[in-house]
Amino acid sequence: MAELSIKKKRPKNLDLTTIRLPLPGILSILHRVSGAGLFLCLPLLLWLFQSSLATPESFATFKAVAAHPLVKILLLGLLWAFCHHFCAGIRYLFLDVHMGVDLESARLTSKIVFAVSIALTVILGVALLW
Amino acid sequence: MVNRIVVGAHYGLKDWIAQRATAVIMAVYSVILLAAVGALGPNTFEAWRGLFANGFMKFITFLFFISLFYHAWIGVRDIWMDYVKPTGIRLVLHVLTIFVLVGYAGWAAQILWRL
Ligand code: HEM
Repeated sequence: MAELSIKKKRPKNLDLTTIRLPLPGILSILHRVSGAGLFLCLPLLLWLFQSSLATPESFATFKAVAAHPLVKILLLGLLWAFCHHFCAGIRYLFLDVHMGVDLESARLTSKIVFAVSIALTVILGVALLW
Repeated sequence: MVNRIVVGAHYGLKDWIAQRATAVIMAVYSVILLAAVGALGPNTFEAWRGLFANGFMKFITFLFFISLFYHAWIGVRDIWMDYVKPTGIRLVLHVLTIFVLVGYAGWAAQILWRL
């Protein structure tokens, strides 16, 4: 009982405006956001994939749609989402087998994930979209 | 899984493993696709279509899609379970998620097998 009442008095800070999420925490929530974003855009991506493969005419439509600046920005965003989800996902797979679990490595690998996914987005974005 | 009383319920281990297995399949496929695109540089319709019309590519692309939809089902279901507490709404969202993903699987098969 004593323990319970002490627990109740412990200060809580759930004020989202003052909580500073550490880097691995930001990585984690962005992994969720990127997964959800990719899921929501699956119809668009499947449609683009279909158009690019079906007929020469649909391929031309695909090229025209993908050349629109707004579509390019959206696709660049999805490309980042994929790269981030991919790199962060691989980091999770290593964590699952207990590699890189200590605080120092967890922070270091978070930095690597951000650096690699942003670099990949820029390289692939330039190569594929521009 | 540890220290649980066995009541016949599933604790999600199977889904957890499936999400990891599908993640590995997708990761490997991404690297193969990137390598193929990098090596062949398919920038005409014929070359692009030819890439996926190849039997091996078609097979692993389909495997990728099926992994993707299974992976997304587990992931999106986890997200619903975290944020949507009323059972009725959650159930509806789960069913809708399954419906769209099964539909996408049919769609993906159709795209690939018309090549
Ligand atoms: C190479 C590709 C991918 C890898 C390596 C990967 C890896 C992972 C891993 C390891 C998890 C589990 C994370 C956890 O339990 O904390 C996960 C969750 C998830 N994935 Fe993926 N994934 C990939 C592609 C995708 C794609 C394309 C989508 C889009 C539909 C997606 C959607 C999701 C969702 C929605 C979750 C749940 C996120 C959460 O619970 O916070 N994944 N992914």
